[in-house]
Formats: sequence, C-alpha cells, structure tokens
Amino acid sequence: MTGKTISEKILSAKSGQDARAGDLVVCAVDCALGTDGSVPMALDYFEQMGGERLHDAGRIVFALDHYVPPSSPKTAGLHQRMRAFAALHGVALHETGEGIGHQLIVETGRAVPGSLVVGADSHAVTYGALNSFATGIGSSDLAAVMITGQIWLRVPHSIRVTLTGRLHSGVYPKDIALALAERLGADGAAYQALEFAGPGLRHLELEDRLVLSNLVVEMGAKNGICPADARTEAYLAGRTRQNFTAVDADQDAVYSREVVLDLDELTPRVALPHQVDRVVALHDAVGTPVQMVHLGTCTGGRLRDFHQARDVLKAGGGVAPGVLLVVTPASRAVHEAMAADGTLADFIALGATIVPPGCGACCGTCGVIPGDGVNVISTANRNFLGRMGNATASIFLASPASCAAAAVRGAIADPREILP
Amino acid sequence: MSTMLRGRARLFGDDINTDYIISSTRKRESLDPQVLRHYLFEGIDAAFAASVLPGDLLVAGSNFGCGSAMEVAVTAVLGAGIPAVLARSFSRTYFRNAINNGLLPIICDTTRIDAGDMLTIDLANGMAVTNETSGETLLPEPLPPVMQSILAAGGLVSYIRQHGRFVV
Repeated sequence: MTGKTISEKILSAKSGQDARAGDLVVCAVDCALGTDGSVPMALDYFEQMGGERLHDAGRIVFALDHYVPPSSPKTAGLHQRMRAFAALHGVALHETGEGIGHQLIVETGRAVPGSLVVGADSHAVTYGALNSFATGIGSSDLAAVMITGQIWLRVPHSIRVTLTGRLHSGVYPKDIALALAERLGADGAAYQALEFAGPGLRHLELEDRLVLSNLVVEMGAKNGICPADARTEAYLAGRTRQNFTAVDADQDAVYSREVVLDLDELTPRVALPHQVDRVVALHDAVGTPVQMVHLGTCTGGRLRDFHQARDVLKAGGGVAPGVLLVVTPASRAVHEAMAADGTLADFIALGATIVPPGCGACCGTCGVIPGDGVNVISTANRNFLGRMGNATASIFLASPASCAAAAVRGAIADPREILP
Repeated sequence: MSTMLRGRARLFGDDINTDYIISSTRKRESLDPQVLRHYLFEGIDAAFAASVLPGDLLVAGSNFGCGSAMEVAVTAVLGAGIPAVLARSFSRTYFRNAINNGLLPIICDTTRIDAGDMLTIDLANGMAVTNETSGETLLPEPLPPVMQSILAAGGLVSYIRQHGRFVV
C-alpha cells in the first residue's frame, strides 16, 4: 500500500479504519463550533431528532458572532435561546464581543495537530493551519454531532500546494491565497483537501497560515491543512493542555494534483467583484475609486493584519477624504492587543470607525452596510453580489496592506509604492 | 408516494452561492421556509419568487450552493415546493444539507437543458432524468450508501431518530 496524506492519516485515526481517499468513514469529532448564524436552526433539528442530552458537552462550543451587537429583538432573541440551551447543557458559549468563533477556536487552543474539528460555518476550514482536519458543516449535521459525537465524511483526495521562495516586501499571505483562487477557480478543489507544503510555508507565521487555510473553501475545498512545526507549537503553548502529535504526510502519499507557487515571483493580487476567483494583479485595478475600506473578518482581522494596514496608512499620510475606514478586530484579544501596543490609538487617530469584535460588515448581518453604488475593498474572503448587505455595492478583496493603500489614495493602489 | 417527479426547469448558471439563493440578511428576521421562500434568488432573479410553482426543478451549472454553509439555502428552496436541484456539481456543504433535508441533489450534465423544459425524475431508477422537451435521458452519478440511507429515511432528522447514530 502507498503512504497517506495528512487528511487520510487524521481520518484514519478518528474513524479507527484504514481511511483512504474516496472512502466513507464515521469519525469521532473532537470539537464542534456553532454560531448565532447556525445554532438556532441546529437547536430546531436537535429537538426534532428527539435530542435530550449532548453526547459530550465539552466538545461543543457556541459563539455569538454574526449579530454583534444584536440590532433587533429577533437577533437578540436568537442569542437568548442559545444562552439558555448552553446553560442547560453545559456548553461553552462565547458572548457577543468576544470575537469570531473561528478566531476563538484558534485562540483558545481547541484545534490542535491531529484533531478533527467541525464548524457550522464554512470558514471552519481556518483551523487547518494548526494541522487539524477542519471543515464546515450545516446546522443539521451540527445537531447530529451534538447527539452522537460523530460525523460521516468522505475521505478527500488531496491537492498538494507547494510553496517555494519567500514573500517580498508588500506582498502578503492574502496574495498567496488569492493567487491560488486564481489558479484553481471557485470549484477547482471541490470535495478535496488542499495540503500545504514546501519551504515557503516554513517562513510563514502561524497567523499567515490561518489566512491560507481560511480561503480554501472559496476554491471548494473540504479542508486546507498545514503540517505542524515549531511555529505551531509556539502558538499553542499556553493555549491548550491537550496532548497532541504533529501529523505529517508520508513520502509516498498519493495526491490528485500538485500546484507549485513561487512566493518570490508573487505580486499583490485583488479579487474583482463579484467572484472570489476573479483575481487579477492589483496593478491592473490601480486607480479604481474606493469609498469604503473594511479591515477585519476571520481572514484579515488579526493583530498582524492591522499592523500591516496601519504601517501603510501612516506611511501614506492617512485616509483620503471621502473614504470610510472600518476596523473590526477578529476577537477581544486582538482588540486588547491593539489597545496595548498603540495600534488602536493609531486607527482612532486615523478616523477609523471601530466595530466590536465579530463578523462585522463581512456578511451584511451587522456592522457597517455600504451605500448604494459604493466600491468597497475588504480584507474578507467573499465578494458576492449583496454579500455586505447592499446588492448595488461592489466588493474587491485584497491584503490588509493593499486595502490600506486604497484608503490612502481613495482608489485601488499598490502598497509597495507607499511603504518606505 | 409516486416514484416520479415532474416539473419545469428553472435555469441558473455556474457558482450560484448560497447568498444568491437566500440572502443571509433575511435569516436574521426569520428561519421559517414559508417566509424565506418569498426572497429566493431576490438579488439575481427578482421575478423568481413570485413565479415559482410547486414542483419546479432548479437546474444549474457547476458549484451550486458554494459559499456559506447556511442551511436556509436548502430549506427555503424546499419551502417553495421545489423537490430537487440538478447541477453539474455542488458545493459539498450544500450537497450535505440537501440530503439531510430531503432535497434531491442530482449531479448530471445539465448543459442541454433549457429554461422551461419539462423534466421527469425517476426515483426508482437511480434518479434518471428525462427531458420531455428534448427526449434526452440523463443518468446521474449514484449517491454514496450513507446518503441514500439518509434520503430513504426522509432526511437526517428521521435517520437519527431511527438509528441514533451513523451506520456506514
């Protein structure tokens, strides 16, 4: 028999079977996340399934992140229902303002190497950066996990993405992810895993890898997994008491496809409205007027992202007239770190609108809604028509530095021309 | 229950994401499929919700249901009386959610189906799709056994009530 990919190894361990790409397996779930966007429906399914108690409440996490702050009695009511259920069953619940569920799963060390973590939200793929098999599910699957502790999965074929070289100044992990979307297309990895590898990956901080894994679902991938290394261990130190062992692919593992990206050759990218895979060189979009800039989300709302954006904004002399700059930290911990190191003060001085930690303007359910006909550039992961709550707005996706460059110029601009 | 479905083809293109099926802003105010059905495809086909008839069939290109995993994108479709979606491919979360709720996701070559074609789906014969208008019959990819079991049970709610766990 040939060797196994990382995904095959983790699903073998979690199913107790010799799991190979294409097999259907029933796996024990280590952790499952639900949000205010998915849990209310999951609780309906739970009741209809005859659910009375949870298989293991310690493995379930709720996060109130999509409706923050709740802006209507209905959304406040969804939160009340989740709090009542969590209190009754002993489920850990992250309150409004604590942050985006995905960021909290990562920050609290719940996704560790070799684990199987599911989330009732498509961006649960983010935790793959920590060598966890992490994938998104719907509300009915979450209800079944709550009752049985299990999920069935088809073991994915894996595409190996080998990163070589190093990113140049002004080029960021978001540019890698967008370049991949450009290469693979919106369904180029459908039903498959992306397994990141190569010397270029070793140079990337853990926070950078989260950006890569976060965006794999925009290529249709089931999960996007990184190997674990010293950076992974350093990130998890003090965040978890779980024992874990790094899971590596075998030398003779079988891949459906190999993609090589040379980071030395990479230049800033931008996704044009209204498809994430409609990616071009940022250069080709320079000059497009922008009226709103969004820094935040589970893709680009971490401390490192805000540092990169702040540096460009300060180097460029601030925000151009007529541009609304919106800042949404991915979590309270990020918000506090920004306050502690002066980043928050910088953004306040720059005139940014600071939105409480959560999903914010990303999916139009809370936060700032763009006006009619407005061009938005965002650090988010989706730019579908209407995504931010106004179907006449146009959304561009780029790195935090490229978004900041657009804020400086009032039009899409290359951060490399602004940075010293 | 009849083993044949018959309905009009309602045509959509590639990469129809779940926000296009039902805007995520709509689920803030209601999760009721009978409410949400009035906003189906509102951003990309404003006339759809008012013109949909029970039994209509969605026919799309590749990657149907990409984007958010929100399950209202399945229940709102069912709420409009649509029993099946035919597409060249589905996003995996939409595919799972469809099976779990008893909406038939049929993977087949939809390129030769035109808007308004009358289609019949033979549930007893591997969900074979016959285009009455063109006379062509399409044989979809068979579903994995666990998905067939969930569909046969009538969805994941009934499946879990019957089995209490997953059996593969």
